[in-house]
Amino acid sequence: MDDLLKEYLPILMFFAVAVGLSIVIVVASMVVVPSHPDAEKLSAYECGFEAFDDARGRFDVRFYLVAILFIVFDLEVAFLFPWAVSLGKIGMLGFWSMMVFLGILTIGFIYEWKKGALEWE
Amino acid sequence: MAEFWSIYLLPGIIILAQILAIVVPLLLAVAMLTYFERKIMAAMQLRMGPNVVGPFGLLQAFADGAKLFFKETVLPTSANKIVFLIAPMLTFCLSLVAWAVIPFDDGMVVSDINVGILYLFAISSLGVYGIVMAGWASNSKYPFLSALRSAAQMVSYEVSIGFVIITVLLCVGSLNVSDVVRAQAEGVWFFIPLFPMFIIFFISALAETNRHPFDLPEAEAELVAGYQVEYSSMTFALFFLGEYANMILMSGLTAILFLGGWLPPFDIAPFNWIPGPIWFFLKISVLLFVFVWVRATLPRYRYDQLMRLGWKVFLPFSLFWVALTAGVLVAFDLVPQT
Repeated sequence: MDDLLKEYLPILMFFAVAVGLSIVIVVASMVVVPSHPDAEKLSAYECGFEAFDDARGRFDVRFYLVAILFIVFDLEVAFLFPWAVSLGKIGMLGFWSMMVFLGILTIGFIYEWKKGALEWE
Repeated sequence: MAEFWSIYLLPGIIILAQILAIVVPLLLAVAMLTYFERKIMAAMQLRMGPNVVGPFGLLQAFADGAKLFFKETVLPTSANKIVFLIAPMLTFCLSLVAWAVIPFDDGMVVSDINVGILYLFAISSLGVYGIVMAGWASNSKYPFLSALRSAAQMVSYEVSIGFVIITVLLCVGSLNVSDVVRAQAEGVWFFIPLFPMFIIFFISALAETNRHPFDLPEAEAELVAGYQVEYSSMTFALFFLGEYANMILMSGLTAILFLGGWLPPFDIAPFNWIPGPIWFFLKISVLLFVFVWVRATLPRYRYDQLMRLGWKVFLPFSLFWVALTAGVLVAFDLVPQT
């Protein structure tokens, strides 16, 4: 417990320093500078036009697709981390198990490529 | 009381001093980096660059900073104000805290945790939240489009960065950042055996930090300034500081993973007289110069080209290289025993 604390306490303190610094910077500027808001200044920027619609409308479904594909491959990377570090201990069985796993994922990758999930035009 | 002092307070003060010894030079380095970038860009375009404020214009960054500080912070009426303010703070904080595990010399590191590489990977993945939050909270069209693009771009290149880190880990057999450098002290620097991975990592680092030629989220010509459009004063400055600190971080990470961190190029007389942190600084400087060089030289990618490069070139190639590296290490019995 004590060793864990010793290793991670600096990171926690680093977070505290970073958060404190960013709050101080923003708040100090807000306090020092006089604020003169008006309706034009506070409206959303749209190259000089009146903002005519809420910005959070529909967008392209392919962004969802990219996010889903990302989850699959990022999980794969998460599996690879412990495997890469312990390859010396797990031997041939560990190596071939991961190769089979990567092979299955590659088949999935080829499938999504052929299906056109990676196309942007 | 004396016990309290020696067990809690003194180590706490030492850690705080170490943290400040990283944060203050880092922020100065960011200021100098903006000057460095403008001077190099100017030289490449046969201009003078900033040369008025201070000797050779060296104080230009501080003048810009002071000017930004005394500007009004605008909070748009349609924006979601809490998230709007948290987004730049998050970007800034994440770019700072990653430095907790970066070793500047053997043993010269704030927190020598045994999962350092994983920590760095996690922190750099969180960077996308700052941009998405900014784009969504602004409730304005350009920031929203920019945030969508940026999120898709950053997650696409993060996958190949992950695979590249795996190939390095295969050669190291440890997740400790200092161990990665020590492994290179015994053999060669990893950019020689893993040269294609070094190139992919650097290009992906350009995409992760939204730099040229992958700066689509900020493309001035179409999205004005992307997710930063609605930001002003110090909230804008925090984004700016965060981005440049991230550039320095990615250069540092490239130096650690592939260019031997604090190690001199040859462990012989004139080279190993120079202390490790200076070598580390020199390597980061060279990589940052390449960042600027790329910006001054290359045109911007189109979005479909960007996604094609990430998913159809880098991803299959780095996946193949992971299998190849593991195969070679196992076949020739070179797997590091830890």
